[in-house]
Amino acid sequence: MSGDHILIVDRLMMRFGGIVAVNELSFAAERRKITALIGPNGAGKTTVFNCITGFYRPSGGAIRLAHDDGRTIQLERLNDFRISKQAKVARTFQNIRLFPGMTALENLMVAQHNALMRASGLTLLGLLGLPSWREAEARAIELGRTWLNRVGLLDRADDAAGNLPYGDQRRLEIARAMCTEPALLCLDEPAAGLNARESGGLNELLLSIRNEQGTSILLIEHDMSVVMEISDHIVVMDYGVKIAEGTPQAVRDDPKVIAAYLGADEEEAIAVMESGT
Amino acid sequence: MDYFAQQLINGLVLGSIYGLIAIGYTMVYGIVGMINFAHGDIFMIGGFIALISFLVLVSLGLTAIPLILLIVLLVSMAITALYGWTIERIAYRPLRHSFRLAPMLSAIGMSFVLTNFSQVSQGARVKPVPPIITGGYTLHEGASGFAVQLSNIQIMVVLATIVVLALFTWLVSRTRLGRDMRACEQDQTMAALLGVDVDRTISMTFVIGAALAAVAGMMYLLYYGLVDFFMGFVAGIKAFTAAVLGGIGSLPGAMLGGLSIGLIETFWSAYFSVEYKDVAAFSILIVVLIFMPTGLLGRPEVEKV
Amino acid sequence: MSATSARPSPAAQPSGSAFILKKALISALVALVLFSLMIGVRTEAGPQGGLIYWTRFGDLAALVATVFGGSIVVELLRQWWGPVDKDSIVPKPVQSAISFAGRWLAPALLVFTFLVPVIFYNQRYILDLSILVLTYVMLGWGLNVVVGLAGLLDLGYVAFYAVGAYSYALLATNFGLSFWVCLPLAGILAAFWGVLLGFPVLRLRGDYLAIVTLAFGEIIRLVIINWQSLTGGPNGVSGIPRPTMFGIPLTPGDDGLAAKLGIEFSPTHRLVFLFYVILAMALLTNWVTIRLRRLPIGRAWEALREDEVACRALGINTTTTKLTAFATGAMFGGLAGAFFATRQGFISPESFTFQESALVLAIVVLGGMGSQLGVALAALAMIGGFELFRGLDQYRMLVFGIAMVLLMIWRPRGLIGHRAPTVFLERNQAISSDLVKEGHG
Repeated sequence: MSGDHILIVDRLMMRFGGIVAVNELSFAAERRKITALIGPNGAGKTTVFNCITGFYRPSGGAIRLAHDDGRTIQLERLNDFRISKQAKVARTFQNIRLFPGMTALENLMVAQHNALMRASGLTLLGLLGLPSWREAEARAIELGRTWLNRVGLLDRADDAAGNLPYGDQRRLEIARAMCTEPALLCLDEPAAGLNARESGGLNELLLSIRNEQGTSILLIEHDMSVVMEISDHIVVMDYGVKIAEGTPQAVRDDPKVIAAYLGADEEEAIAVMESGT
Repeated sequence: MDYFAQQLINGLVLGSIYGLIAIGYTMVYGIVGMINFAHGDIFMIGGFIALISFLVLVSLGLTAIPLILLIVLLVSMAITALYGWTIERIAYRPLRHSFRLAPMLSAIGMSFVLTNFSQVSQGARVKPVPPIITGGYTLHEGASGFAVQLSNIQIMVVLATIVVLALFTWLVSRTRLGRDMRACEQDQTMAALLGVDVDRTISMTFVIGAALAAVAGMMYLLYYGLVDFFMGFVAGIKAFTAAVLGGIGSLPGAMLGGLSIGLIETFWSAYFSVEYKDVAAFSILIVVLIFMPTGLLGRPEVEKV
Repeated sequence: MSATSARPSPAAQPSGSAFILKKALISALVALVLFSLMIGVRTEAGPQGGLIYWTRFGDLAALVATVFGGSIVVELLRQWWGPVDKDSIVPKPVQSAISFAGRWLAPALLVFTFLVPVIFYNQRYILDLSILVLTYVMLGWGLNVVVGLAGLLDLGYVAFYAVGAYSYALLATNFGLSFWVCLPLAGILAAFWGVLLGFPVLRLRGDYLAIVTLAFGEIIRLVIINWQSLTGGPNGVSGIPRPTMFGIPLTPGDDGLAAKLGIEFSPTHRLVFLFYVILAMALLTNWVTIRLRRLPIGRAWEALREDEVACRALGINTTTTKLTAFATGAMFGGLAGAFFATRQGFISPESFTFQESALVLAIVVLGGMGSQLGVALAALAMIGGFELFRGLDQYRMLVFGIAMVLLMIWRPRGLIGHRAPTVFLERNQAISSDLVKEGHG
């Protein structure tokens, strides 16, 4: 484990009652790289995500986040909203969680809550409509417009998020996560339910986020065309433990990975072996 | 010690009545997921029907008290059950798949309707009845002269509660209807696909809940010797508190919650102040919910991310 | 009492007079059983204390016949109307006409409201009623913050109304503080109690939230009744000072406003003054709410209603967000309470029952959750309608309850069925309320 790591997961344990969902898992994600977490269904990937993003409190182990400025944050000690607010970790959800009754733009404005709260002087200055607040609000709308443009939803800005087609909702959720200006972006199956053209677009989007924003990305994904094409590093999990990690090439040829996928699901195994060409 | 034992008896009797009403709340909540605000008033209607049918039977010349009570019980259960059925049909079924606050407000409206219906039809004054079941036992005579009393009516309330609960438990766990009810509670769509008549099951839930409330109404009438049009509100809120305290949706929880509320009220009145007994019951509810957000026996809510 | 299925599928729906007759007969039979004892027999405590009863079979027969006839009419109407699709009872052109009118409705209503004291100067009754309606508009707007925006169910809103009313009444009668000093204090105290209520309910959802807020409302009322040395118990507080116009009282005396202006005194002056006070307070509530919706805190409230988990993932502190919603709503309730106390001059626990909470909640839900205009219209309809039934006397609450049930069945999502976005790039288009979530309520 060398190099510049933004996220270091160290012997993470997660138990639910008697069931061990994640067992002594250690891996690291490099800064400004895309790290993928793959494995058969039920391997414990989403549990790892929920530990990292504060929805579960790990039963044991440590999760460290090293910021660019040298600050290191112990994520397992933070909970709930502080992960996003203080540690600058943003996430998306496997089953999309937008605010369906709010417009696409409003969704992005909600994501800038903490910055706007400061700008509005904890509401008081905003209530009075001071110019400094007006400027901050205009900047926030501008940031929202930029991201809507990036994900190709500028013309749907004023439509309710719940009215957007599935693929658009996935991209809007990523845009919303990016509006929190995160250091680490965690994506839970961003390509699920997308068609081939849409997942091609997703690849470009994620690569541009890595290259232009310099945001580190950690993703869970089943779609091997996404994983193999854009990942810099892959961690393979099965039954709560890490069974392999390395470059896409190395992982693809790893017999343990193939065995895990064959044991789990033939189609996925074939996908692992045939993809990335 | 004697004083304590006496309060324990009183509390259990009151708690039995609350428990019987609470089951109606919890059953409806478990299956339809709504608070049936009119349920307290169903209990009140049950009390009124028991009173009126009793009066009519006596004036018809019947003298055998046990026979009268049996007929009164059956009549009030039957008619009150029909009230439950009708209310579900009119006020709740059209809103079943609607947004959640609408059926709740419809239920509050229905509660106003029932309260004022009985005020208009039976007058606003309290209706007293002479004690029907009298006598009792002295369990223990203390040195200070304080005697622990167990009256026949108290025995009857507790016995009736136990019998009704046994019947009800058998119904839910052993019969076809009970199975349908439990299936609807889990997943209405799936139950419908498997051939469960969801509409009928929900109707029956209201019918059974109302019948239990009628039993409670009759016991209340016999125990306290009076009914009035406003008694449904207070009893309803207490029973609802009991259902939530026990963990709403849980049938044993409703009974446990009912007994807890009955005991809290009785003991608070006995040892502290009568005026603040309701404040005590509500405060304990709030405190319990702070530490156990889904009540004493409720299933903890797992947040799926 | 018609026993009809809720969702008749057009193909399977039988018709014909035999069917209608059968349905009506069943309804009449159900009515007969329901009313047999409750209407057919009337009980009363007799002169010797025992119970007596007499029969009213005529009334019973009339009522059952009414149900029978009513059931036939309803069924005929239903068949004439065709299968009712609940989403579009109103045809499209009418809907667009309504939405056009809607744009002008709010300003027109506002102008009209300003002119009410001018138009109805000589009609005390209408002025009184308008003041009452405006009080409920303000209460509705206040509760709307909690229920409509943040999606938190509050069945004990009347508690804050009571806190505001008693704060002003006690501060004014014990310490002689003026209305304008007490008004903000009442608001602050109510907000404080709002936060106090907020803490235990932070982790609660849905019906647990409902019962705790209801219990809270009852606790406040019971404490007011029983803490006689402070609140006067069931006798209430009387002799609450009337508001002054910046220190000038609206009384017939020499230092009164009429004398200072050199006009003849009239008690209507005070009514007009009260009218504009509550109008200003209601409009302030409205302005603050509209402003807050466009601020991050207001957006966070709405986001909380939509999806709490997503809020947490975006770094929103859901605890403070909920508490601020409770506090803001409670503050408006407290302000309205202080106004209520000064207007009445007398308050007692009877004014702060669960029925009041239910009424305000009904106004919010009927208005269409979150819609300011809808809440105002609903308050006007409910309070005004309730006054229309004044002649019905004891049947008033009965009719009110039936109206509440029918209104909910007619418009489960309220009068205004859409949400206005708080910010837009190109088009300011309303969002259908079918998409808007209802929160934890």
